[in-house]
Amino acid sequence: MTDRKPKAPGLPASPERRRFLLTGAAGGLASAGALAGTAAAAGNPENLPPNVADWSRYLGSGVDAQPYGVPSEHEAHVIRRNVPWLTATPESSVNFTPLHELDGFVTPNGLCFERHHGGVAEIDPADHRLMIHGLVEKPLLFTVADIKRFPQENRFHFLECAANGGMEWRGAQLNGVQYTHGMVHCVQYTGVPLKLLLQEAGLKTSGTWILAEGADSAGMSRSIPIEKALDDCLVAYSMNGERLRPEQGYPLRLVVPGWEGNMWVKWLRRIEVGDAAWYHREETSKYTDLLPDGRAYKFTWTMEAKSVITSPCPEMPMTDTGAHVIKGLAWSGNGRIKRVDVSLDGGKNWRTARLHGPVLPKCLTRFTLDWAWDGKPVLLQSRCIDETGYVQPEIAALQKVRGVNSIYHNHAIQTWLVNESGEVENVRLG
Amino acid sequence: MCAWASVAVPKLTTRLGVVAALGLGLALAASAASAEPGGFGLGRAATPEEIAGWDVDVRPDGTGLPPGEGSVQEGEEIYLERCAACHGEFGEGAGRYPVLMGGFDSLEEDRPEKTIGSYWPYASTVWDYVQRAMPFGEARSLSDDETYAVTAFLLYLNEVVEDDFVLTRENFTEVRLPNRDGFFMRDGSDLPSGEPCMKDCKAAVEVIGRARTLDVTPEDEQQALE
Repeated sequence: MTDRKPKAPGLPASPERRRFLLTGAAGGLASAGALAGTAAAAGNPENLPPNVADWSRYLGSGVDAQPYGVPSEHEAHVIRRNVPWLTATPESSVNFTPLHELDGFVTPNGLCFERHHGGVAEIDPADHRLMIHGLVEKPLLFTVADIKRFPQENRFHFLECAANGGMEWRGAQLNGVQYTHGMVHCVQYTGVPLKLLLQEAGLKTSGTWILAEGADSAGMSRSIPIEKALDDCLVAYSMNGERLRPEQGYPLRLVVPGWEGNMWVKWLRRIEVGDAAWYHREETSKYTDLLPDGRAYKFTWTMEAKSVITSPCPEMPMTDTGAHVIKGLAWSGNGRIKRVDVSLDGGKNWRTARLHGPVLPKCLTRFTLDWAWDGKPVLLQSRCIDETGYVQPEIAALQKVRGVNSIYHNHAIQTWLVNESGEVENVRLG
Repeated sequence: MCAWASVAVPKLTTRLGVVAALGLGLALAASAASAEPGGFGLGRAATPEEIAGWDVDVRPDGTGLPPGEGSVQEGEEIYLERCAACHGEFGEGAGRYPVLMGGFDSLEEDRPEKTIGSYWPYASTVWDYVQRAMPFGEARSLSDDETYAVTAFLLYLNEVVEDDFVLTRENFTEVRLPNRDGFFMRDGSDLPSGEPCMKDCKAAVEVIGRARTLDVTPEDEQQALE
């Protein structure tokens, strides 16, 4: 018989709220006796052995009850969430992927975080065009159908907002992995290499930059050096096998593997080839990294090696002592993840976790560590190393160089404190 | 350049032509049906009129600016009517909408205020962004002259120009924002590298901050009602 721990709520709560819930849960636990450690643990005894449940006796819904399938009603809590106080308006805002609820490395389309600057452009693909012009021999206008006739590629890539973790520069602020790390997702894209489209238009040798522009009401625009455009960028029309979701840029979006999400222009309508960067709003006022001396990095495009433990985490407290799986995600904009280490003592000692393949470049990689919890407090951390040898840094090392006002590109090691009652907190170590 | 390119011979001398010849047999094979650049024969030529309607971007060197002009005083009228509800009468910002003015010399402070005057490197960014995305929810509704005027007024709010200033395409690149030289590109990694420590890496660790004490994490309504 193991030492049962009270079941904490599945989502972060204020200290007062959590104490109330814990008290309630503990009371229920005392009377239930043999409560198992999952959310639906109590269940209905009528459905449990030796009884036989209704769904084992009677017919269920037929085909087409859901022409487009949706998750079980019991998974209704697995949703994107936002932080209302972050932004002035939901049309120019962000929500977060529920990383703690997911397994593997693929994000379901409906759970991929959203970041819009002028709301979702609702586009009839028949009325959408992609224009390529500027320093090309022949400016071209493509329909979506044209784009789909080019040779296609299918590739998995993570997309991370450069501001993922941006609220955590000064200290532990948001008590949930969905909020500290949820501006990342990973899907399989289908599309045409941007290189082929530029070649089709006849790229001139004087072309050294492109401007990618969206058809949304923000006219989202970013400058991208031609080397990246010709390397591994895609103009995608599908994600995870189906057409892009409207909130992810339907019918066309740019895929810029390993680079900050803001550059992956959604609702892509125009690519201009030029001989200099444009220095538009999203690459000057925003997405530049302010340093302690008042200067700022510009064009910090690459998302460097990063990892986080997605369970346990504040939303996924420990329910019991004994066997557990520590699981998490690691990724690098510079290539493949080579190794992930996990610490149980705040970074004093580390052990190497197991990577679950396929381990792909510029893609999320799932890691796990099998573990038996003895009920004592633990300081959980993960640290990844990518194939270039780059080691994910501690926050103190980042702060030493970049201060606390950078907003962007916080890829520091995250610490979760697991306390004796099994609750998990976002904490900052010193 | 265009006249040169219209001659068929030099195609393979362009950088991409060479790339195609060496690495993209498929592209060349498909090009048999088409003498156009690239070779898939997909898409159609974009007309100058189509390009002109969409190509509204502006660069720091003034490339892309249309003819036109606008004064600080004209800009103030437009600003008060179209912009002030979100950005405040003096660019001070309303609610969580962006502050557009001030913050001078604040970039090294604990709470920097990044505005057009304190942080943005180029006036062209203002013109471009106002023209493409503002007013919020009514993008592309300002004329070129109105965009010049609003930009002039924002420059005035940030003490870059005087109140009698008239911004034109001709004088645009003479405008210099204070933080123009405040940006640079990082040269590789800015952190020390090396093989990571695995055992006895530090003597002691201490919790110095906790997210729960801040209590700013959203709660689900449904959960709060439980």
